[in-house]
Amino acid sequence: MGTTFFQRADYVAITPEVVLALFGLGILLIDFLIEEKRDKYLNAVTALIGLAMAFVQLLRFWRGTLLPMPYSGFGGTLVLDSFAIYFQSLIVVATAVVVLISAKYLEIEEAHFGEYYALLLFSAVGMMFMASGRDLIVLFIALELMALCEYVLTGFLRGDRRSNEAAMKFFLLGAFSSGLLLYGMSLLYGLSGSTNLAVIAERLADRPAGDPLSWMAMTTLLAGLFFKVAAVPFHQWTPDAYEGAPTSITAFISVAPKAASFAILLRILMAGLWPMREDWKLLTIGVAVATMTLGNLAAITQTNIKRFFGYSTISHVGYLLLGLIAAADGNPEGLTAIAIYLLVYTFMNLGAFAVIIMMRRQNLIGDEIDDLSGLMTRAPGLAILMLIFLLSLAGIPPTAGFIGKYFIFLSLIQTQHYVLAVVAVLYAVVALYYYFRIVVAMFMKNPLDSVPLATSTGLSVALGVTLTLTLVVGVYPQPFILFAREAVRPFFSF
Amino acid sequence: MQFFHNHILSIILFTPLLGLVVLLFIPGEKKDAVRWWGNIAMFAGFLVSLPLVFWFNSEAPDQQFKFIERTDWIPSIGAQYFLGIDGISFLLIMLTTVLGFLSVLSSWTAIQERMKEYYAMFLLLQAGMLGVFMSLDFFLFYVFWEVMLVPMYFIIGVWGGPRKLYAAIKFFLYTLAGSVLMLLGILTLYFRYHTDTGIYTFNVLTLMQHGWPANLQFWVFWAFMVGFAIKVPMFPFHTWLPDAHVEAPTAGSVILAGVLLKMGTYGFVRFSLPLLPQASASPAIVKVMVTLSIIAIIYGALVSMMQRDMKKLIAYSSVSHLGFCTLGIFALNPHGLSGSVLQQINHGISTGALFLIVGLIYERRHTREIKELSGLSNVMPVYATLFMIVMLSSIGLPLLNGFIGEFTILQGAFEVTWHWAAWAVVGIVLGAAYMLWLYQRTMFGTCDNPKNQILKDLNLREIVTLVPLVIWAFWIGLYPKPFFHVLEKPVAAIVQRVNPSFYAAAPAVSAAIPAGTPIPAAPAEPSSGPTNPAPGVAH
Repeated sequence: MGTTFFQRADYVAITPEVVLALFGLGILLIDFLIEEKRDKYLNAVTALIGLAMAFVQLLRFWRGTLLPMPYSGFGGTLVLDSFAIYFQSLIVVATAVVVLISAKYLEIEEAHFGEYYALLLFSAVGMMFMASGRDLIVLFIALELMALCEYVLTGFLRGDRRSNEAAMKFFLLGAFSSGLLLYGMSLLYGLSGSTNLAVIAERLADRPAGDPLSWMAMTTLLAGLFFKVAAVPFHQWTPDAYEGAPTSITAFISVAPKAASFAILLRILMAGLWPMREDWKLLTIGVAVATMTLGNLAAITQTNIKRFFGYSTISHVGYLLLGLIAAADGNPEGLTAIAIYLLVYTFMNLGAFAVIIMMRRQNLIGDEIDDLSGLMTRAPGLAILMLIFLLSLAGIPPTAGFIGKYFIFLSLIQTQHYVLAVVAVLYAVVALYYYFRIVVAMFMKNPLDSVPLATSTGLSVALGVTLTLTLVVGVYPQPFILFAREAVRPFFSF
Repeated sequence: MQFFHNHILSIILFTPLLGLVVLLFIPGEKKDAVRWWGNIAMFAGFLVSLPLVFWFNSEAPDQQFKFIERTDWIPSIGAQYFLGIDGISFLLIMLTTVLGFLSVLSSWTAIQERMKEYYAMFLLLQAGMLGVFMSLDFFLFYVFWEVMLVPMYFIIGVWGGPRKLYAAIKFFLYTLAGSVLMLLGILTLYFRYHTDTGIYTFNVLTLMQHGWPANLQFWVFWAFMVGFAIKVPMFPFHTWLPDAHVEAPTAGSVILAGVLLKMGTYGFVRFSLPLLPQASASPAIVKVMVTLSIIAIIYGALVSMMQRDMKKLIAYSSVSHLGFCTLGIFALNPHGLSGSVLQQINHGISTGALFLIVGLIYERRHTREIKELSGLSNVMPVYATLFMIVMLSSIGLPLLNGFIGEFTILQGAFEVTWHWAAWAVVGIVLGAAYMLWLYQRTMFGTCDNPKNQILKDLNLREIVTLVPLVIWAFWIGLYPKPFFHVLEKPVAAIVQRVNPSFYAAAPAVSAAIPAGTPIPAAPAEPSSGPTNPAPGVAH
């Protein structure tokens, strides 16, 4: 490939990532200079500035003023198309919201160290390359960068046994899945002689139908990817990691890495393994139904709110995979559904976590559903916000969650997967049941304690942003639908 | 004034929401202010809907849907903000605004806790219900249809009786399960229309013009049927209703019975029949629907008879009465349909008033056990009188509203086959039995329980909550013509679409409109044409 390997424009194409990496390094340096504990929030401010700069750069890419779109750089290993920019923007904004909700929480946990923000930024860099990579090597390195930062962040509360245990589990299973993924990638390389997804797609198309070797490559690759998105049967790490991780990191790994992992999943399946779509569609159907079933049913009995959200995430992943099934039938709306679902899911989930994180106060862990009891009498505004996020998670209009589910259902109808559609809508009813357990606690029970909630400016801003997006996407989704459609256009140009 | 006239539906729809916004700024501790504002906002909601009564007949007489408002909402999926009403929705909207105000007025002293949230929920609920009856865009309709579940859930779950949490979530889950299946039906039509014409639209009127394949109609009908039948509720889907009714606070029961249940029957009339005419008229489906209706009529009545709790008795009587409504709908002729719609209004009036009456005694005695109450007519004469009128209207005594509705439905059923009418009559007889027996046990006899002897009769506010409904009951009972007049055209349009052979007998019309044509923008005849002699004349 490519005779002129590094062009000037290539470096322009990765400026957002470079900016974030530099800011991450900068935070590590500045952190030494900050002596007063109370000034540690400066790290957060620095991280936000970096994220804002990256976001502005991404906006300029989207408008196409900096580079011709889509731009293929570094000898075709990287592509900056609307799909990549959409997911990168989502990752940057999600990371920014996580930074906003972290500062106060870390202060209470007495773990307010600069490397936390640096690791967040590095992991964002990895995720952004996951969205734009078009080469197996790039994708794998990006994924590992994200994953390693996640493992460290999960175990960030060094003194907390739960946190350590979660990090260890997460790391062992994550390493195992990376092994599977790498195995699949090496098989693909062996089959096609290239790590470039476009070339792989061409070579795969030449293989005979039912070729066991390519089937083997696909299944191992899919297993690794399904692990990253937490689909059944590769989901076991999710509830444990969610429960043990610092709450702000639970919020983080429930959204941004999900978006990035779906980006990589879509890129590999839609670009690289497109010739094998009938095979991976079949697998995905089974996995999606199992994921929805397990996620929805297991969530019902949880008492720990972080575990609860672990299973709730699994059920949302099940819905997202349904969009993939429709996409395999050549339905662009299936991918639009995934893009828009991830967008709304990111904000409603972060919003819910922003409320949960306020329950963590001095001497009070606040991660049981009962800790939300009587929230309506203590902090009515907060309870109503949480209600809106929960309604959105359950997919009740006019909140954003409905728009996400609407597109998933529509794409299933369009591809005539009626049975799947019926299963999907009925699980939405189950989902309402368990989300409303929290509503019952908030509105119909009496408060268990009277310790004031942990509020901060950052949290308020985060709540404002997530609430606005949850409502605006629900009531006036028009611009967001157009963004999402634009984002998935690269896959349906062939 | 012109603005008001052109946007009357939006104004009716958004008045409760505006009231809600203002309410949020009133501090919750100022209970009187909250209470006054809640009532004022609801009353304002009724007042702004009042001009419809005067404008409705003169407005665009040749149009099927009037007061249309239409703006793009989500152009990329073809959803519009599209409101419009015909006679059917007009009556239901008036019922909603009247009952909404009366039910809130009835909670003046009954609700003492978390008052601000209570009124907020009612205002939100009101907007949701009005939206359902006004929407002519499926997407918009679905949004309102779902939105309204949330406040109702809270009304039952926060201010309800001992088993409120169970009843509230049961209500929510049942209705949601039906709604999401209905959503799949809507999406199927939406997608199929795009396949056939290349246009994405949720416009109900456009979708009605389309000729759907019979097979598709059949499946979509069942998807819709589950959604609507749970809401009605029809026989096998009714189990949420007694729980929700018994546990809900009085005002919640009034709205639930008076308006919410009507959404299901409205759904059949507005969407199932005209959109899916072949399926709705197919003998297999009619047979199923009519059988379920008749089972509901008789089963509801029998179960009512066995109840010890007044509220539960009335709840089961709703199952029976709504069975009449669905029977009328699936008679698929003008008498059946217009009788059904009128009976929906009647049920809202009578059962709404009955729940108010139960609420009044519950507020005084904190029990609804029938055996705890006897001889109340001695201590509460005004109460007993109003109860009697309402009870008679519910069992369908001539001169009162229930008679007109039930009679017209039976007439419609009889025109199809006398078997249906014969079965339904059993329900009327049983209905008279359980209501009269209830009245006899609670009002007559000696008032020997000392707790009952000190009961106070109704005060002015309480009388005011009941009197409008009593007047309305007499109005329909004595002079139903204006109601039938309003219903005539929309009903004719639906019958034209779903059962064209009905008009084939009347040569004047069949010549003008070939059988099987989509609904014409205007039925061939002006309002009092020979197509559909006003059924009220029969009495």
